[in-house]
Amino acid sequence: MHDEIVDALKGHNADYVEAHFEESESTRISYRSGRLEEVNRTYSTGGNVRALVKGGWGFVSFNQLDGIRDKVALAVKEARLASGEEFKLPSAEPVVDVATQFHPDPWISSGQALNPLPSRERRESASVPLAQKKQVLDEYNDIMLSTGKIQTSRIDYHDVRRRVVFANSEGSYIEQSKPDLTLRLTAIARENNDVQQAGLSLGSRGDFAAIGGRHEQVKEIAKRAAALLSAPEAKGGEYTVILDPILAGVFAHEAFGHLSEADFVYQNEQLRKIMTLGRRFGGKQLNIVDDATIPDLRGSYKYDDEGTPGAKTYLIHEGILVGRLHSRETAAKMGEKPTGNARAISYRFPPIVRMTNTFIEPGNTSFEEMLSEVKDGVYVKDWYGGQTSLEMFTFSAGEAYMIRNGKLAELLRPVVLSGNVFVTLNNINAVGNDLKMNQGGGCGKGGQSPLPVSNGSPHIKIGHCLIGGR
Amino acid sequence: MQLAMIEQVLGSAQKVAEQAEVFSVSSHETPVHFEANKLKQIQTKESSSAALRIIKEGKVGFSAASGPGGAGKNGSPSRPSPDKERGGRGSPFYLSLRGRGISRDLINMAVETSLFGNAAKFQLPWLGSYPEVSVFDSGVEKMTTEKMIELGNRLIAKVREHSPDILCDVELTKGVTSIRIINSQGGEASYDKSFFSVALEGVLIQDTDMLFVGDSESSCRVPDKVELVADRVIRQLELAKRRATVSTKPLPVIFTPLGVASAFLSPIALAFNGKTVLEGASPLKERLGELVFDRKLTLWDDASLEYCLGSFPCDDEGVASERLSLIKNGVASHFFYDLQTAALAGIRSTGSGRRASGTGQVKPAISSLVIDQGDIAFDSMVEDMKEGLIVEQLIGADQGNLLGGDFGGNVLLGYKVENGKITGRVKDTMISGNVYQVLKEHVGVGHEARWVGGVLRTPCLYCPCLSVSAR
Repeated sequence: MHDEIVDALKGHNADYVEAHFEESESTRISYRSGRLEEVNRTYSTGGNVRALVKGGWGFVSFNQLDGIRDKVALAVKEARLASGEEFKLPSAEPVVDVATQFHPDPWISSGQALNPLPSRERRESASVPLAQKKQVLDEYNDIMLSTGKIQTSRIDYHDVRRRVVFANSEGSYIEQSKPDLTLRLTAIARENNDVQQAGLSLGSRGDFAAIGGRHEQVKEIAKRAAALLSAPEAKGGEYTVILDPILAGVFAHEAFGHLSEADFVYQNEQLRKIMTLGRRFGGKQLNIVDDATIPDLRGSYKYDDEGTPGAKTYLIHEGILVGRLHSRETAAKMGEKPTGNARAISYRFPPIVRMTNTFIEPGNTSFEEMLSEVKDGVYVKDWYGGQTSLEMFTFSAGEAYMIRNGKLAELLRPVVLSGNVFVTLNNINAVGNDLKMNQGGGCGKGGQSPLPVSNGSPHIKIGHCLIGGR
Repeated sequence: MQLAMIEQVLGSAQKVAEQAEVFSVSSHETPVHFEANKLKQIQTKESSSAALRIIKEGKVGFSAASGPGGAGKNGSPSRPSPDKERGGRGSPFYLSLRGRGISRDLINMAVETSLFGNAAKFQLPWLGSYPEVSVFDSGVEKMTTEKMIELGNRLIAKVREHSPDILCDVELTKGVTSIRIINSQGGEASYDKSFFSVALEGVLIQDTDMLFVGDSESSCRVPDKVELVADRVIRQLELAKRRATVSTKPLPVIFTPLGVASAFLSPIALAFNGKTVLEGASPLKERLGELVFDRKLTLWDDASLEYCLGSFPCDDEGVASERLSLIKNGVASHFFYDLQTAALAGIRSTGSGRRASGTGQVKPAISSLVIDQGDIAFDSMVEDMKEGLIVEQLIGADQGNLLGGDFGGNVLLGYKVENGKITGRVKDTMISGNVYQVLKEHVGVGHEARWVGGVLRTPCLYCPCLSVSAR
């Protein structure tokens, strides 16, 4: 296969050509109305070629893998039509590497685990029999349904085993394995016409064992959904808020991570001025990092989809903007170094600048200290989701409590938090000492969703945060 | 996918199952993408995939595959054998430029999943006669890439003539999708659908202040006036020129058609979905026939509209499409169902069985939602407000308790109204509400409607009182 691909990329009148081929196999199991409803399995092969001619890109994706030479020719023709201002991709040493094993990952020893899990047997999800997957989900489902006031449950399980081949006209040839697993559990409580829900999102880099033994957590979400039926709504307005590690991780991703993606910045003079390296964005205690090299997280990989090695990139160091995330093109156009953040969700899409594992580094304040400083505020935990328009962000807490005189008070209905990134980062006035990574969820951008990422943070305290409510 | 191949899959499936159905879809599309006012990338996307659904021993099995057709020579992923391609590295994958074929994979995976599948409550339909619904226009195929580039440049030039500093991303896409369904009851359903879409997003930045504007058009035909998209964006820029502030309190709010899509589409579509109803999670469960919304509200799920993206002669299970009333003068009138959910509810399918992302599992889904026009002019709504808000676009609107009907979010694009006049754009403002409270009564319905995103046709809606939070 190597020789065929390498040959097909040769001899085209283009500045650069690359190709991706992919084979994947996935299992999806879903429960609705409190019972197993769907099991399906999918097998897919496909590929794409991308060509660059004088600054214009052509991209061709396909399921029929024959006639690669013709496909490259079509991509080159398209690129020529789109050509305009020429730029040079940063020079890169060709990489030839085959890194397809699930375990042990040959590169795992290079990074350092953030919060090492208790030692247990890893299991590649694709090789776990359906019956065993169902048994674990059945147990969780029974726990939810046996909780009072829980009307129904939803479960969405998805695992995928994926092998990706990358080759380019510079001589790189890389094979990688990119497994992924996600599990979302939702308990739905109902009383009269009032419906409330609480959920748990889990994920791993294809390791089935990572979603086992969560019975206590599942019980908790079921109880919380029921409790929300009698919880009051937050009154809208500005509050001091404490974010738990899960929600603070979503904040790091939504509020700052996206702004650090160079494709938003590189062609925008105004935004380039705002995002000048060296500019202060927050207090000295604030450090935000994107790191693809941490072992065993959903956003981790050895090479990105342009063949650039994954890296650890400081975005904010001691409150100051020090870096951003790049593809080869954005790095070239901004005169900076590629960071290995060009990613595509599948062969149907060209790689674009994306995050990997994004987190706020731990500081030294304990949660108890943080809480004791708040007279009237809100403690927000867990998440439904988040969205950003670069300047403004919103994220939704799945669980919220009033804080009164330094103590947690009543449970509130889920709240939506919103704010201006630039103001809010400056308003982070305490960073906790309890970093946790969250492996649930995924990221969407440019029509490509969901991309496996993880995010994390310790508890953080933010002043003057806007909460929507009635 | 070749007809011969899907017939062969159906034939093999019938040998192992009581009922079987093969759904195949192939598409060819050309997106032309402009970034920061310049042409950036041209793409050609070809895809072909097939889904197999079987009913074996009364239970549903499902599989889907994409890739080269044919039976394949390497067996199935369910029964791995050494990887010949890479000289036995231990991986059971076979990635090869010749492909391994997907027919046998489809059968094996469907049989495997049927062991755990849901009990099938339905019979597959005979695939027979369907209503005439026009969803193909040969004008789309005739549109050249060069012409699309010219259109994109024209749109950007028009918007920049108004606001020279704006950065526009434009995506024009043309394409054709071919659907073919065959099943063990006999007959065949097939149709081609063409599509053309134009989307423009612009951003104006001053210091750290960002103004986002945008609009789109999509249909099965090339629209006569692509410039409409630029005109609407220019109107947004014009209204957003000045800044205004609101304070935290209940205010009257006008939702423009974009605003209606942004705030109400998801909770409404979810509540009328037969699946949500069967789960017991819809607040409308057991409320059909009741007056739930304002009497001025009438809502249709209409798959029969000519040249609309959501239209089709038959759904993805081969059931004829129809125009279904969801809300009639404020009364909840019907839910929408696919074959399985309809059977569980003891009624017939409403022709709403759709497959997520091409060949996903069948679920009930909307085709095109249409809200009937009312009798109030947009200008009268504005004049009626002493102090109020106009909402065009929300971010984070889908993150709340959608099942319960909650909506809310940050106003990405919206305007303040004072004493009957639009005074400028608001920022740092959130709205929140619940569709069952907000749309229950005293709703004003606009007398002009437009399509949003090719899936919703709606007038402006005027709600007299909504929670607004601002900093």
